Amino acid sequence: MAAFFQQVVSGLASGSIYGALALSIVLIHRATGVINFAQGEMATFSTYIAWTLVTHHGFSYWPAFVVALVVSFLGGVGIHEAVIRPVERGPRIRVVIVTIGLLLVLNGLVTWIWSGEVRAVQSPFPARTIDVGGVAISWQDIGTIAVCLLSVLVLGAFFRCTKTGLAMRAAATNPAEARLVGVRVSRMLAVGWGLAAALGAVAGMLTAPSVFLSPNMMLTVLIYAFAAAVLGGIDSPVGAVVGGLLLGVGLNLLGTYVDFVGSDLGLPAALLVILVVLLVRPAGLFGKPRVRKV
Amino acid sequence: MRREPLRALALFAALAAVVFVLPAFVNDFRAQQFAYVGIYLVALTGLNILTGYAGQISLGHGAFMAIGGYTASILMIDHGVRDIATIPLAIIVTGIAGVLFGLPAARLSGLYLALATFAIAVAAPATIKRFEGFTGGGTGVNLFGIPELTASDAPLQLFGFELDFNNWIYYLSWTIAIAGYVLAWLILRGRTGRAFRAVRDSEIAAVSSGISLTRTKVLAFGISAAYAGAAGALFAVATAFVNPDTFPVTLSIFLLVGIVVSGIGSLQGLVAGAVFIVFMPLWAQTVSKSPGAPFVVYGGVLIVLVLVLPGGVAGLIASARRLTRRRQDFPKP
Repeated sequence: MAAFFQQVVSGLASGSIYGALALSIVLIHRATGVINFAQGEMATFSTYIAWTLVTHHGFSYWPAFVVALVVSFLGGVGIHEAVIRPVERGPRIRVVIVTIGLLLVLNGLVTWIWSGEVRAVQSPFPARTIDVGGVAISWQDIGTIAVCLLSVLVLGAFFRCTKTGLAMRAAATNPAEARLVGVRVSRMLAVGWGLAAALGAVAGMLTAPSVFLSPNMMLTVLIYAFAAAVLGGIDSPVGAVVGGLLLGVGLNLLGTYVDFVGSDLGLPAALLVILVVLLVRPAGLFGKPRVRKV
Repeated sequence: MRREPLRALALFAALAAVVFVLPAFVNDFRAQQFAYVGIYLVALTGLNILTGYAGQISLGHGAFMAIGGYTASILMIDHGVRDIATIPLAIIVTGIAGVLFGLPAARLSGLYLALATFAIAVAAPATIKRFEGFTGGGTGVNLFGIPELTASDAPLQLFGFELDFNNWIYYLSWTIAIAGYVLAWLILRGRTGRAFRAVRDSEIAAVSSGISLTRTKVLAFGISAAYAGAAGALFAVATAFVNPDTFPVTLSIFLLVGIVVSGIGSLQGLVAGAVFIVFMPLWAQTVSKSPGAPFVVYGGVLIVLVLVLPGGVAGLIASARRLTRRRQDFPKP
């Protein structure tokens, strides 16, 4: 039984990472109706920045973490202004293609700047475990869950309790009327991209210690995050986090106890989740079913 | 205006002639690269039918190529089927796979379809690796020098010509590419093509005109996947080797780049798209030796094209034609 709970906790840890990345996807989708295929590569890029600060510029972990978040925020705003805004109102397929282009560019740039070498990243958390009622839980898992949930809570508080957050929600829900009452809609969307990039960076920096840092580090995480977002409902922030946690625990247990799945079939399982949810309940667990106007 | 089809036919015949004599003027290595242009042309034709004409985006066409490639390889190595005979079988198998995927996918629209197909592209290599007994796992299937592969050990004698392996692959892939291209043109100019375009432009209007959305989309998926299957089988024959990394997620993305370069929803620029996919990495290597450089160039071109020239090469051709036609409209002073 102890082994089971251990798997649940480590599933929650990876699940909170999926949830954080899923939430950043949901943020962008809610605000601009775009699915950002480059979200994972943006996170990888941020993680490399943090890694450079730590290894080459003598930063300790947490200051580097914060600097990387700020840089990611600015990067997200910049990407929105430079390439997303011009296509935002056009056909969806053009936006998809632009984010795919971003994926390629960022992935290539990471390889170009930092080479494709796989690098070990030190975890900011102690490598010890803590004993909770016979279950050994690693500090790495606890730290990951804590940082992810903290980021999500801070973001939630920002949207609920600040004027900018209110304006952003207004811009996402009804751009035309938000503009009428004086909200700078376009600026709000750009801030949304910035926040999503920063949240993605959190996911990236927490992923790196357990899987090593490499240019394709976030590709699988991105698929899990897509699955989490779809499972929770692609327009629901709560759903994204819950979907991420469910998926993390589910995949971990599936991999441990079902020999057929093992460690290889996680991605196909996530694909199956995506397809089944989209076909059976496209709104996901927490989304509101959308009524199509004819 | 009556002359237009004739002129198109003449142009097409001239291009086919160029394709036919090209290997005589280039070295073996170039012939191999041009063979790959032919292979990508097959895949791009198929993808453009689905995405450009029927409006269903696919970010996972590399996975259909993988099905074609593995079907051909397994038939050759385990069942002793000759390479030429594996291609129609790969087309059938992949076509069926396309229909089977199309059945659920027809209910997804726009972004969700992009998401699902992207997940397929990412999941494909892991899935192939898992079923080791059937696919050879991570090591893949090595076809090098097996007797089922035409011209692999001795040059092929054909109509009095002697073709070595690369030239044989070149003619094989371009024959299929040209046949596929003509077939696509025939499909798209008739009733089926009109149904595809109707679904793309407005699903509601298409349904009101009595077009079955599911049937049309599933058909588009099937046809498109069959093309990808042919391309995948050719790919396997040409490289004489397949493993899960032969069909990575980037392959699917490169195919998307290819149809954006050639122009989504037009057959005219497809050769340019295929040339771009094959030769771009080489050009990019002159900018930087880093393996990341081609990705940056591919992605950059993709973004710039969507922002500046959404019609791709075909759009360029169309606007050039408009310019010349307008000049003819006015009598010369």
